[in-house]
Amino acid sequence: MTKQTPLVEMKDIRISFGGIRAVDGVSIDLHPGEVVGLLGHNGAGKSTLIKILSGAYKMDSGEIWINGEKAEINTPRDARSYNIETIYQTLALADNLDAPSNLFLGREILTPLGFVDDDTMEAETRKIMKRLNPNFKKISEPVSALSGGQRQSVAIARAVYFNAKILIMDEPTAALGVHETAMVAKLIGELKKQGLGIFLISHDTREMMELCDRVSVMKNGQLVGTEKVEDVTEDDILSMIILGKNPKAAA
Amino acid sequence: MSDETAATSSPEKRSLLQELEIDTRLLGMIGALVVLWIIFGFFTDWRFMSPRNLFNVSVQTASVAVMATGMVFVIVTRNIDLSVGSMLGFIGMTTAALQVQWLPDIVGLGHWSIWIIAVIFAILMGAVLGAFQGWVIGYLTVPAFIVTLGGFLIYRGAMWWVTQGQTQAPLDTTFRLLGGGAEGTLGETLSWVFGVVAAVSAVGIMLMSRRRKAAHGFHLKPAWAEGILMALAAGLILGYVWIMNSYPIPKGAMKRITASQGIEYTEDLVWYHGVALPVVILVVVTVVMTIIATRTRFGRYIYATGGNPEAAELSGINTRFLTVKIFALMGALTGIASIIASARLNAVDVGLGTLDELRVIAAAVIGGTALAGGIGTIYGAVIGALIMQTLQSGMASVGVDAPLQNIVVGFVLVFAVWVDIVYRRRTGN
Repeated sequence: MTKQTPLVEMKDIRISFGGIRAVDGVSIDLHPGEVVGLLGHNGAGKSTLIKILSGAYKMDSGEIWINGEKAEINTPRDARSYNIETIYQTLALADNLDAPSNLFLGREILTPLGFVDDDTMEAETRKIMKRLNPNFKKISEPVSALSGGQRQSVAIARAVYFNAKILIMDEPTAALGVHETAMVAKLIGELKKQGLGIFLISHDTREMMELCDRVSVMKNGQLVGTEKVEDVTEDDILSMIILGKNPKAAA
Repeated sequence: MSDETAATSSPEKRSLLQELEIDTRLLGMIGALVVLWIIFGFFTDWRFMSPRNLFNVSVQTASVAVMATGMVFVIVTRNIDLSVGSMLGFIGMTTAALQVQWLPDIVGLGHWSIWIIAVIFAILMGAVLGAFQGWVIGYLTVPAFIVTLGGFLIYRGAMWWVTQGQTQAPLDTTFRLLGGGAEGTLGETLSWVFGVVAAVSAVGIMLMSRRRKAAHGFHLKPAWAEGILMALAAGLILGYVWIMNSYPIPKGAMKRITASQGIEYTEDLVWYHGVALPVVILVVVTVVMTIIATRTRFGRYIYATGGNPEAAELSGINTRFLTVKIFALMGALTGIASIIASARLNAVDVGLGTLDELRVIAAAVIGGTALAGGIGTIYGAVIGALIMQTLQSGMASVGVDAPLQNIVVGFVLVFAVWVDIVYRRRTGN
């Protein structure tokens, strides 16, 4: 595991909100072509940790290394410049805008005169949607008019389109049906093959066992442990989540 | 997903309106306007529809409409600006004092540069005041309602201090042209040039957009539908110019104008007004603001922030600085409106701009801007302002008492918003 430089290394990350230590000295890493799952109860600090990586929160202390180099991530824009893309649990879509506007939000394609090039963005959106979700037709309607699965595919398209190297998926399947969940699982497999590193947050332990290479479990802002999925059982992970103890370390 | 395929597989069943792809809301507003004109026309022996009255209504609309375009951006981002009326007064008074008291001492009375300095000063003053309000709202996170309520009181008070409450008049003669009136128009020939250029550009833009869409293989309107829209746009523009060019300049003004140009005045000499300068300013502002709203990143970010502020921030948009820019723009437009309003009256007293903030907000809201944010169009706000002004002028010419006018306008505002809510619920927007 130590033979190659990790894609992402988060070292001794700490952040507090009004005296509560939301993330308390957590270190995790991620390699190319790897899926690392983050598990834990609500409030364990998973989303907070990940929002530090995506630039939504600024950490109090700690270091982030990308490709073996120290990275400064203070804003979402910084994160994007390191090819870190995030699919938020809330999807973070502007409901009043259409799919192309959302997909390119903050990174609009411009005409030579500096105006937004809606036509090109629409054409690009059609292209990527054909690949991700061929049923997607409502290109020029506000995304508020879309179903949950379609909205999800807009959020995923946004992350995939810009050649992400590091992908963060916060509960990507929470709002989806069986069919769409399978679609996301397939997509994760494809992206993995392309060499992306993926952080996956979910509550569904079984799903995590299937999709992830390693899982990191958090409780009360601290890291309980990181294990390869083939080395542990679902029960081991559950006890890590609930008891906050690593059964392997104890044994 | 089955309903989508059903909707796309039956394109032949589209109605005339669907083929034209005209926004039904826009159609509703224009319909309301036409109905109002007919009603007021009927009760005034069609004097309301006379070139003279239409000229006046369009000039009176300009000031509020210019501000309403800026208010769209403010309201779309879930803010409000209650200070524009007072700010208009403050800017108007300061700019007037500049022309009447200060500049004549420096460059000399009636100097050619006075109007230029006054115009630049008014716009800059608005932008600075607005930017400061925007900074307090965006960076100090004081709610816009409170900040601009403070501004409402502060500017009205500051206005008094500029001249100790003295009315400032008369204004610079060139500056006055910007307020319309007999001299403040394009004149007949230039009006036609303006109309033809505007009509040709409108048709040209529609043609270009159609060609671009075709190049990308998107759905196109049928050629006949596009043709109808082009004819409508060109017809409306040229029709307006024709009406303005049918309003003769009254004798008194004719004597004044001919005397100033060294032409001998005779009873047979008849000149026509043409398009008033405030209306030209309004057209330019509307076009520029529409381009900003629909074709620039700035505009895109305004609507994104209004729709979902958190998503906008996560997309890397600096929403705080965006707020500063929006309020600075609102201020600059208030400066322009202040130029029009003060130039039209050729005087500024301490009451200038009173209640304008409410007219501006009402115009934007009647024009379809949602107070919940994220939705609103520039043309809607301009038509909203036109509806408000039509109501007021119309009732005045029919002889409705001033208090009753306010009551009617109040009811219309609430009614219009209710209709809009029902419309949105029905269409699911």
